[in-house]
Amino acid sequence: MGKEKPMTKNLLLRRGRANLIAILGAGLFASPLWGAEGPFFITYTHQMEEPGNLEIATKNVTGRTEGGDRFLGATTELEYGVKGWWTTEFYLDGQATNRQGALFTGYRWENRFRFLPREHWINPVLYVEFENINGADRGLLAVVGHDGQEDFSGRNSEARVEKKRELEAKLILGSHYKGWTIAENFIAEKNVRHAPFEFGYAAGVSRPLAFAARPERCTFCAENFQVGVEMYGGLGTHADFGVHDTSHYLAPTVGWTSGGGTTFKISPSFGLTDKSARMMIRFGVSYEIAQFGRRR
Amino acid sequence: MKWMGLVLALGTICQAGTDLLGHAPVAASAAANPYEGDETAARAGAKLVERECQPCHGERSAGKAPLLNSSPIRDAPAGALFWVLRNGSLYRGMPSFAHLPEAQRWQIVEYLKRNR
Repeated sequence: MGKEKPMTKNLLLRRGRANLIAILGAGLFASPLWGAEGPFFITYTHQMEEPGNLEIATKNVTGRTEGGDRFLGATTELEYGVKGWWTTEFYLDGQATNRQGALFTGYRWENRFRFLPREHWINPVLYVEFENINGADRGLLAVVGHDGQEDFSGRNSEARVEKKRELEAKLILGSHYKGWTIAENFIAEKNVRHAPFEFGYAAGVSRPLAFAARPERCTFCAENFQVGVEMYGGLGTHADFGVHDTSHYLAPTVGWTSGGGTTFKISPSFGLTDKSARMMIRFGVSYEIAQFGRRR
Repeated sequence: MKWMGLVLALGTICQAGTDLLGHAPVAASAAANPYEGDETAARAGAKLVERECQPCHGERSAGKAPLLNSSPIRDAPAGALFWVLRNGSLYRGMPSFAHLPEAQRWQIVEYLKRNR
C-alpha cells in the first residue's frame, strides 16, 4: 500500500520484531498451551483448534528465483477454535523483496469443519478459504495448478496490480498411528472471476523425537521436538490435469516447543522440477492461548 | 417444577464430562495401562495434565468441564479414560488428544487414576 520503499535489513528486523512482540504480548494476558499442530507449514492435519483457544502464529518463507531477487513472504495468522468441529483462521499477508520494497499483499479467511465425532484410521476435514490477495503475494501457503517460480519473479510494482480473489477448498485426511502423524490434503482453487479450477496436493508425515514424556520439566528434551517431511505441488487444471509442467517440493521440517509453550519451526523446501524454485526456507513461530476471552 | 428442571439441567451439565466415560466400548475399557503402578509415569502424567488439561479442567477454569480429581474419573477403568483422551467429544467441547503419542496418553491416565 502506498509508495514502495527500498527494503533494508532493518525493515526485515522490524517486521520480525513486531510479530514477536505481538506473540509475547498476547501471552501476558492468558495461559499458554502447547499447540497440537505438527511441524508442517503447508500440510494440514485433521487436528482442530481446541474450543476457545486462540493461536497466534507467523509463517515466513524466504527464497530466490532464477534471475529474480531474494524475497521474504510473511504471514500472520490468528486461529480460533469456535467449536470442537469448527476452526476459523484469519491471515494477513505481506512481503518484502530485495531492491523492490515491502508491501501488504492481502488477507485470507479459512474455516475447517470436522464431521466425524470420533477418531478413526482416516479422519476427513473440509477446508474452505476465501483469499483476497494480489499478484505480489509470496506467502506460498499452497501450490496449485501450474504455479511456478515465474509467478514470484516478477516485479512487485507490476505484480501488485493483479487482484486475486480466490476460493480454495481442501479435503484434509489425517491419521495418528503409533505416535506418527500422517496427513494428505487435496486442493481445488478457483479465481472467483475467471481462470479454471486449479488443483494441488500436500502430504506429510511427522513424529515427536520421544513418545513418552519425562517426569521433570525440560526445555530441550526429545519430547519437545517434532520432525517430519512434507511434499506438496500442483496438479494442473481441470482442462489439463496432471503433473506435466507443475512444480513440486520436498521439505524436511523440525519444530520445537519451548517450556513456555511457544513453538518454533523451520523447514527447507527443495524444488523437484524445473518449474519449482530451487530452494526456499520456511520458518515460523506460534503461541497458543488457552480459553481466550473466556472468563475465569 | 421449575426448580426440578433447574436441578436436572445443572445435573446434566455436571455430568456432561464424566458421561463420556460411559460411551467407551467394552473392549476399549478393558485395555490395560502399560504404565500401571509406575511412579515416574504418573509424574510425567501430572506434567502433561497441567499443560494439556488444566486450562479447561482446572479449578480456576470457566468451563463446565469436570474437575479431574473427582471420583468418577479416578474410579473409571484406565482403558475408558484412554478412549476418551483419544476420541474426545466433538460436540461437547472435549477435544481429541490423539495427536499425543499413546505413551503420553497412558501417562496421563496413570496420573488421573492417582489424582486426589
